[in-house]
Amino acid sequence: MRQFLLYIVIVLAGLLFISRLFYLQIYNPNSNNLFEDNAIRKVYDYPKRGFVFDRNGQLLVSNQPSYDVMVIPREVKPLDTLEFCSLLKIDKQAFKDKFEKAYSYSPRLPSVFIPQLSKADYAVLQEKMRKFEGFYIQKRSLRHYQTTIGANVLGSISEVTPGDIAKDPYYKRGDLKGKEGVEASYEDILRGVKGIKFIQKDRFNRNIGPYKDGIYDTIPEQGKDITITIDADLQAYGELLMENKRGGVIALEPSSGEILAMIAAPTFDPNLLVGRERTKNYYKLSIDTIAKPLFNRSIQGVYEPGSPFKLMNALIALQEGVITPQEIVTCSGGYRYGGRIMGCHCAYGTRNNMVGGIMHSCNAYFATAYRKILDKNGNASDGINKWSAHAKSFGLGNFLNNDLHVGQKGRIPDRDYYKHVYPNTFYSTYTISNAIGQGEVATTPIQLANMVAAIANRGYYYTPHIIKKIEGQDIPENFTTPKHTTIDKANFEPVIEGMLQVYKQGTASALQVKDIEICGKTGTVENFIKIDSVRTQLTDHSIFVAFAPKDNPKIALAVFVENGYWGSRFAGRVASLLIEKHIKGTITRTDLEDWLLKHTLEPEYAKPYSGEAFGINRNAVVEEVSPEEYKALKKQLAKLNNKNINAPKHAQTF
Amino acid sequence: MLRNTHRHFKFDWITIILFLLLAGFGWINIISASHVGEEINYFDFSQSYGKQLIFIFLTFILIILLLAIDAKFYERFSSVIYIISMLSLMGLFLFGKNVNGATSWYGIGGMTIQPSEFAKTATALAVAKFVSDLNTNIKNFKDQIQVFIIILIPAVLVLLQNDTGSTIVYGAFFFVLYREGLPKYYLNIGISLIVISILSLKFGGLVTSIVAALLILGYYLLIKRKSNVFLLILIFLISAGISFGIKFFYNALLQPHQKDRISLWLRLEKDPDKLEQMKKTFAYNLNESEKAISSGGFTGRGFMEGTRTTGKFVPEQHTDYIFSTVGEEWGFLGSSMVIIVFVLLLLRILHLAEIQKSQFSRIYGYSVASIIFVHFFINIGMVMGLIPTIGIPLPLFSYGGSGLWAFTILIFIFIKLDSNRINEW
Repeated sequence: MRQFLLYIVIVLAGLLFISRLFYLQIYNPNSNNLFEDNAIRKVYDYPKRGFVFDRNGQLLVSNQPSYDVMVIPREVKPLDTLEFCSLLKIDKQAFKDKFEKAYSYSPRLPSVFIPQLSKADYAVLQEKMRKFEGFYIQKRSLRHYQTTIGANVLGSISEVTPGDIAKDPYYKRGDLKGKEGVEASYEDILRGVKGIKFIQKDRFNRNIGPYKDGIYDTIPEQGKDITITIDADLQAYGELLMENKRGGVIALEPSSGEILAMIAAPTFDPNLLVGRERTKNYYKLSIDTIAKPLFNRSIQGVYEPGSPFKLMNALIALQEGVITPQEIVTCSGGYRYGGRIMGCHCAYGTRNNMVGGIMHSCNAYFATAYRKILDKNGNASDGINKWSAHAKSFGLGNFLNNDLHVGQKGRIPDRDYYKHVYPNTFYSTYTISNAIGQGEVATTPIQLANMVAAIANRGYYYTPHIIKKIEGQDIPENFTTPKHTTIDKANFEPVIEGMLQVYKQGTASALQVKDIEICGKTGTVENFIKIDSVRTQLTDHSIFVAFAPKDNPKIALAVFVENGYWGSRFAGRVASLLIEKHIKGTITRTDLEDWLLKHTLEPEYAKPYSGEAFGINRNAVVEEVSPEEYKALKKQLAKLNNKNINAPKHAQTF
Repeated sequence: MLRNTHRHFKFDWITIILFLLLAGFGWINIISASHVGEEINYFDFSQSYGKQLIFIFLTFILIILLLAIDAKFYERFSSVIYIISMLSLMGLFLFGKNVNGATSWYGIGGMTIQPSEFAKTATALAVAKFVSDLNTNIKNFKDQIQVFIIILIPAVLVLLQNDTGSTIVYGAFFFVLYREGLPKYYLNIGISLIVISILSLKFGGLVTSIVAALLILGYYLLIKRKSNVFLLILIFLISAGISFGIKFFYNALLQPHQKDRISLWLRLEKDPDKLEQMKKTFAYNLNESEKAISSGGFTGRGFMEGTRTTGKFVPEQHTDYIFSTVGEEWGFLGSSMVIIVFVLLLLRILHLAEIQKSQFSRIYGYSVASIIFVHFFINIGMVMGLIPTIGIPLPLFSYGGSGLWAFTILIFIFIKLDSNRINEW
């Protein structure tokens, strides 16, 4: 027995060690992945980010170099602090604080000492840099906006968050990524692919040479330039018209689905989100929870569409054959149903056919049409589902599957939607508000613009999109394939005739533009907010949709101006001007232009927060801007007009 | 006749081949662990791997010398060798050079020699000589004391030089003495002491005492009803005493760094901040070496491909932590092979020892196996985090001339003794 003790112990020890090895190396091994190996430093080589051009080749976004002063605290030798501080424009205390901060981060690793020097400071400093050992200048690339417009279109880039890194392992700490607008939706194309160098480091974090002579290293792939569908001049003009208002405007080219302008008001200068001040400015914009400048109302704002939706009901009624264009509906100053009445501004006894109904926006006419659609087979449940399907074929009630970074579904109700309110019986009158685009119907400006584009095209639309060209690559097929609605081509003509008459003699007759046949529809939508949990009505939203010219349409648009009262007051003016601008290039209706620049809704927006009682609609007066501001806006307008004449359209700056 | 027939085969070639395998593979890993940059000049003698190559070369000369000396010399002069060796250890107090807190080196010219490495061989010879003496009976208490003194002298000397690791190695002689007839209660007491110490440090004196009481009661009731009750009670009292007293020993006698190592090993430290602190300081080595081994996976990253080895993430990797290089670059396959080769070498030496006809040779061979085993167990166990950190080299693998030569001498004296077995009729 004694002889075997050591034998046994030796064999047991061997087995113990092998099981421990099994545990460490096979059962629970450390990753062999170079990216997770903290003995290998990954150094990235960032490619040039792609430029963004507008549809006319005007450069909107490029890159600019930025210079950071870096420090490696351990390598700093005694220096002339006074001179250094004066070069960097900081005081001695700031120098000490920054140095200590860098030291506590790591004495051996580089830290940013002063971020993003101005070019002038850089020029001076560069000469003297070698005198300050341990400090050096690192070049980085920032976005350079060549324009002050389109913040909501272009978006911006910022450092990735831990969430971004978790979602896509391409991103590493400190990488920049598109956060909004086309920067976000075309991130993969714009950013290119960064190159990488693997460097072996030692336990003091010092580089000791390329890992395996660099056989795994890759070179960067340049980002591609993109051309977007936006017309920068039209966008700039629209943004100017929307000054001092809140709302959203979308202008589309019906024949292609290209977004000509996407205006969100209020907006801001995209340059605010570049460089040293980005964080501060972003915070300022994000805490304005009343005006919400970061909220893209043109694609995220969900509104009841109001009267423009009557066009949809007219189309469905025709398609379902429940009404003919000639059929007369007599309005008794409202529509009576089940002991209730839906008011209308028609005089008592007005007789409207379809064109008249659209032209005068007669509520009774469309209530009648709506009921006929729903009650066609004597079953309102089937009726509303059919109605809903027609409306959805125009891209309403769902995401448009476009290339915009954000969006909203809006809402087109069907029978299921009403299930919990009306579990058993369901009559067409229950949802009568849908007849006039209120009630449960909700759309975003881009959806409504798309609906108008489909009407302009007499039955089909192209998915609205913002990409026009990608360097060396086709745009997605989805954007070049027409989407057909469920309405026959012939049924569009009476509706379009009605829209034409809106301009000729109806609710928008004051907005006519010489030589252009515009088809439009006004909308005025009641809206409410809660003030101290009391439901309070505010001045109606001003809504307008239009396309032009009637034949061979070049532009279709939807304009929402919050609390602008009636449709042709604010939204209609904006629509007419944008149409004229797009088609003619110059403005003849400068009276409309002047009126818009002169009037502000800011006091209107301030009312609910004033804590005082206030009047709405006809009891509210639209106020004018101060003479100084008016002058400033006029100056801006002159600058725009000037630029249009002088600026070479294909200027490229690098 | 016989002698002539076996002339060329009289040395045990299996042991020699295993020895060469380990030393050769050790050198390959020293290259990985100590090279700087991509260029390797194997004969660059300013580098550790270059120096080690010289040490290995000199080892062959040493081997020839060792095998040339008459086998009888080692037995006859064992006492003299022992005395010289002890004197060299004592001389360290006067002329020693302090490296890493231990005064274990003589500096001669640019070289350093660590006499404690050689003292193990000397002690093995002395123990073999003493125990194999016809007048010695290891069952005899007086003789036990004498042999303990032989072992304790070098053990205490190296302890005084602050080389705790080497002191523990002298525990290896327990296996030798036990094999030669040391009463069984030494084994029982030894195991009990270790178990009681660990249990009471981890779970406290009370729990340990209760466990001891239950075990003793169980032994009495189930195994041996006739045993002496008073003796059992005495054993219990001593166990309980140790259970409660170990904390005092732990706090009063151990140095702070030793306490830290034990508390980390037994996971006594619960404060996460303190643990984090430990990971950055003394546990850094252990942490990094485990990571390096772990990153080797099944097949390893390949020779000189280990990123942690190349980046020198594991301090002392070419000496005490050499096995982490094996783990990272050769993976599970390579590391298991190293362990298997060590086990084979140990079993081979044990086997040879058992078939010796001379008691001196047998005891010496047993000592060789025991000493190498303790080194092997403590070193690899430490590198893989199985036992507390104790700094002793991995035989034949770790960088260093003294260690390599000491183990060469240890092993080849035995190979010489073994080759002489045939003549000892």
